Amino acid sequence: MLPTLNGRIQSRIVITLIIGGLWSLLIALFLPGVSGASYSDKLRALLGLLIVLTVLGIGWELVYHGLMQLRWEKDWPTLFGLVTIVNEGTLAYVLVVHRRFDHWWFHDDYRLPRSTFLFALITTWLVVWLWANGPMRVFTVHWRFRGGRFV
Amino acid sequence: MSGRETIRLPGAVPDAADEAMGGGTGDLTEALLSTSVWTDQLLAAAGIPVVEVPFVTVGSGIGSFVTTDYLRIMGVPKEQIKVLGNNPVPWSTYEYLTRNSQIPRGERLRSDSASTPDNIWGFPSYAVREAFAAKGLKNKLFPLWNVATEPIFSNYYTPKAGQAFESMEAETKRIDYFDCLDKGLVRMVRKRSGGGYFTILTPPAGTTPTKRVAYKSRWVHLAVGYPGLKFLDDLQTYRTTYNDYSTVVNAYEPHEGIYEDLKKRPGTVVIRGGGIVASRILQRLIDDRDRESTQVQIVHVFRTYITGAHGPSIFMRRRGGDGWAYQGFNYPKSVWGGQLKARMRKLEGKDRADLYKTIGGTNTPVRWSWQEQLKRGRKEGWYRTVTGSVESVVPAPQGNGTTTRLKTKDGIVEIPASYIIDCTGLEADIAEHRIFADLLTHSGAGRNPVGRLDVERTFEVKGTANGDGKLYASGTATLGGYFPGVDTFLGLQIAAQEIGDDLAKQGFGSYMGPLRSVSQWLKWARGKAI
Repeated sequence: MLPTLNGRIQSRIVITLIIGGLWSLLIALFLPGVSGASYSDKLRALLGLLIVLTVLGIGWELVYHGLMQLRWEKDWPTLFGLVTIVNEGTLAYVLVVHRRFDHWWFHDDYRLPRSTFLFALITTWLVVWLWANGPMRVFTVHWRFRGGRFV
Repeated sequence: MSGRETIRLPGAVPDAADEAMGGGTGDLTEALLSTSVWTDQLLAAAGIPVVEVPFVTVGSGIGSFVTTDYLRIMGVPKEQIKVLGNNPVPWSTYEYLTRNSQIPRGERLRSDSASTPDNIWGFPSYAVREAFAAKGLKNKLFPLWNVATEPIFSNYYTPKAGQAFESMEAETKRIDYFDCLDKGLVRMVRKRSGGGYFTILTPPAGTTPTKRVAYKSRWVHLAVGYPGLKFLDDLQTYRTTYNDYSTVVNAYEPHEGIYEDLKKRPGTVVIRGGGIVASRILQRLIDDRDRESTQVQIVHVFRTYITGAHGPSIFMRRRGGDGWAYQGFNYPKSVWGGQLKARMRKLEGKDRADLYKTIGGTNTPVRWSWQEQLKRGRKEGWYRTVTGSVESVVPAPQGNGTTTRLKTKDGIVEIPASYIIDCTGLEADIAEHRIFADLLTHSGAGRNPVGRLDVERTFEVKGTANGDGKLYASGTATLGGYFPGVDTFLGLQIAAQEIGDDLAKQGFGSYMGPLRSVSQWLKWARGKAI
């Protein structure tokens, strides 16, 4: 993907929320490590994670955009889109699993155990990354030439 | 030979030969030649038959093909498109040039995985398709690993030439491309009184009752490729002065004889140029050295020797070394959709020319196999570089090969060589092409800040609109416009999309929204004819 800043932010919001959302609907059915929770509780937790990733992601995009300026090609290699799970995931982990940020979202004392968080994070990240680097292009022939912008 | 000698391409017909072609009635008259805007009566008086069709694309190369492909996918019926030109298949000229410059079908191009002229979506990409088609787990994983880790842990993935040609062939059949093709040489495009254009075609002799046929259309698209590929001045002087066309060659000409000769006896080859073509030719020479035990010595002449990263600031610095400037593709990658595309789109005049200058310049990709070969050559002494400007090239005193006189910082250096291969790929001025020369003279077309054909962001040629008609151009002739990567697979598709969107606004074809995009992709994926 050859994004502009505006395009990266738009793409991140749309793809994370739609594709990540669909993925959450699916994995909430068999989410490991939370056997006591209801489907809606699990889904709520997963969607909370998506929102955290998206909101923080907009900030991360500003950082990446700055780094890109140091690259001659002004691009962001496919691999970078994958490995940024490390920094983004760590921050999200601190905020979500340690519940310093998202208590407004969750019921009572329900929280994602660490293994469940990692499962949800890694699989969602992979699905979103694969989608953005391939099938997304089927839905719009303009998106990739407009730096990832939808509007 | 004239001073305008260029590489002869297959399908190209010299101007004089075109004038002598065909015969009989229906030829251009003085009145037509001297009138910029033609009336229907003027053509009728000359006896030139007229074919009416809404859209004409001139060139019949990959530019015409991807534009036709886009329009067909937009729902334009094949009867409403005419492709005019001499290429029997869209990739003929391209394959001729790549084959001569040592990229046969089994070798890899310099093109991104998602730059797929047979598929407007770029999905599935060449790498994914290569993986699916490969036999064995390792061969399946290799292209996927490559494309996922480029350019960090691997060199950029690039498709094999054969894969590009074969997939284009399948798409030509799917969209009935050949039903749109009328073969012949396009002589000129002129405005028509009342709107639209006339495109004059000279069909192959004997195929039509008249010498010329006119195509009357509301829209014309020009994608005629290189106006011409030139030799370096000093090499051209040598060739014409000494009438020697086999010792000094251009990499884009057939020159297999050189490699064959080097297998028979030791020799020295001078390479001129620091781009991908030079890399390719070096690879062939060194492969032959390794496999066929040739004793070839290589002297590589750089005009500018690049020692490391270079550029105006830390924000615009390109990698380089050992003489070369390194870059994955022929422009920084973000010109095809990212930041540089967005930036160039807003620039005018000198600002645009300046950015072109910053991101331009000869360069080649880093490929580890090439790096290894040249490193070995430097170590063993059979690959040497010299930096300077060539003063002259003359026959060697013993009548065996050539002597290149080079002005270096240490004074004049003489390099004896059996052969000189020009890998610079200089492009001729657009006015060297008859269609553009005519357009500049008669139809209001002008030049952009870098001297080529001036086009809008929609690829409409500025100044040539006529009534409800528009004239578009894409490809290398439009370099210097709001979009830089024009002379590439993806660039031609980006141009096709801009043109398609503009045509849809005028009611020709349907805009490619998500629904059409998905439904048409499903057709493509099933190989279903449009």
